Amino acid sequence: MKFLNNELVSEFFEDKLAVAGLVIFVILSLLALFPSYVTYQNPYDLTQLYLENSFRPPGSDFFLGTDEQGRDIYSAMIYGLRISLYVGLASTILSVIIGYTLGLISGYYGGWVDTIIMRIADIQLSFPAILIALIIMALWGEGVGKIIIAITIVNWVYYARTARGVVLSEKEKDYAQSAKALGMGNLSIIFKEIMPNTTAPIIVIATVRIANAIILEATLSFLGLGVPITEPSLGSLISNGYQVLFSGYWWASVFPGMLLMVLIISINLIGDRMRDIMNPRLKR
Amino acid sequence: MLKYILNRLFHSFIVMFVISFVVFFIMFKAGDPVQLLLPPDATQQDVIEMRHALGLDKSFLQQYKAFLENVAKGNLGNSFVYGQPALDVVMERLPATLELSVLAMLFSILFGIPLGVISSIHPKAWYSRAIMFFSLAGISVPVFWTGMVLVLIFSVLLGWLPSSGRGEVYLFTSAFTWDGIKHLIMPVLTLSFFQLALILRLTRTGMMEVLMQDYIKLARAKGVPRKVIVYYHALKNSLIPLITVIGIQFGQLVAFTIVTETIFAWPGTGKLIIDSIQNLDRPIVVAYLLIISFIFVLINFVVDVLYTFVDPRVRV
Repeated sequence: MKFLNNELVSEFFEDKLAVAGLVIFVILSLLALFPSYVTYQNPYDLTQLYLENSFRPPGSDFFLGTDEQGRDIYSAMIYGLRISLYVGLASTILSVIIGYTLGLISGYYGGWVDTIIMRIADIQLSFPAILIALIIMALWGEGVGKIIIAITIVNWVYYARTARGVVLSEKEKDYAQSAKALGMGNLSIIFKEIMPNTTAPIIVIATVRIANAIILEATLSFLGLGVPITEPSLGSLISNGYQVLFSGYWWASVFPGMLLMVLIISINLIGDRMRDIMNPRLKR
Repeated sequence: MLKYILNRLFHSFIVMFVISFVVFFIMFKAGDPVQLLLPPDATQQDVIEMRHALGLDKSFLQQYKAFLENVAKGNLGNSFVYGQPALDVVMERLPATLELSVLAMLFSILFGIPLGVISSIHPKAWYSRAIMFFSLAGISVPVFWTGMVLVLIFSVLLGWLPSSGRGEVYLFTSAFTWDGIKHLIMPVLTLSFFQLALILRLTRTGMMEVLMQDYIKLARAKGVPRKVIVYYHALKNSLIPLITVIGIQFGQLVAFTIVTETIFAWPGTGKLIIDSIQNLDRPIVVAYLLIISFIFVLINFVVDVLYTFVDPRVRV
């Protein structure tokens, strides 16, 4: 792939902040992948929770405190991180697959296919994303799978429009034209010839949108329309903790919130750097 | 120009029509509000009567047709919960929401653009890095988290600012009374943190791109003072793409009042829509979304017209 050539990789590593972001993101991903090795309680297993442990402050036996059910905040955070990351990555992969394909087809074929796909995209973009997701979740109810689909419905548009824009210019280039003259089928031209030359902007957008998807999930969960509290994401942990914030149990919401912030900042640091590298107008 | 405007109006009309249909359908599928509205000891007869009274016993298409007929008369139906016309219920709360959104947008522009310019001139200086880190936090922090941290610091710990309500309202807004302003500070800061950071970053990127162009080098070679170059020649051209973004983002701001109003118990449309979605109060949800999309359409239209003024290249 053109995108991963050595020059760009070494350019990425020139920026210390971006490298820091990458390191943090890798560590957080590892924690989320193997939660049972780094926590001392499974927050989903009700037999491990004891009510007499409820609202223990940080520092004692539980180093980040406990919530009202005696759930260890630190363990819950790691499992929550797992769900937040899963929702963010799964919804991004799904929306890239759907949006990218539709964008490629839309840009390559043009005509009524293009008109229909882009009209749907226009209508969707003329409306705040959070409202669309909110209504879908209100209809379906809570659930991890449902929220992934809701975020996908909101996010495919960005990839479709970007891919379409790139295809429009790529399909006029010599290599695409000569593939056509050689009698290659339309689908092979799209996916074998054009697609490899359009991956860079899609990868950049996808990186930034992972952060957005995670924020969207957290926001919906905060409003009570996301994932159920039995399978808490970072957002639902914060929401849960917010209800007792005024009683002085600040740790139940502040620590999950800080982890969410660190996670999103690390993704944005990576995304920022990639965008700068890819932006030819910032090159001297 | 007239043809362009008419075309745009027609397009917007279609968009709003599609939105009304989709939302109507989703809310129809979402379920029957009667169970939520009646007391738990209601008889089957009560349920049937109420359904009939609200017109919910008809088929989907009949209900939608009745809705369209009402819309033609300027009526979006009566709220199931409040019993009043849905449009009135929404419009009554709209000033509170617009107040938050407009103030947050003004605040973001007022601070975002200058900070963006400052950090673009010497991108490696310590203050530019500090500004950039601040903006990174801004785009990375979910709106509800900003609100929570502010509440924790200024209400729970320090007790300086009230954490809920609108305070004393004078002439549609709380910005004219001291009590009102105290209530406004946290919601506006919460709502604007992300926008401020976004505008700041876009200004900075735009400025850095423009400052590298040949006409800036020419101006520098000619001996034009540095301040004039930055604040006149460069800023003018980097503001153009910002106008579109600010237009789109205003719509996002209005949508994100849902979160802000939930945190601060602000009596606007955002809190109303969350309650109405949970109560399956279809007329309110449809009316709210139509009004929001109307605002959206209006803003996009104003942005397009503004564009033709500031950018001679797109003049028709």
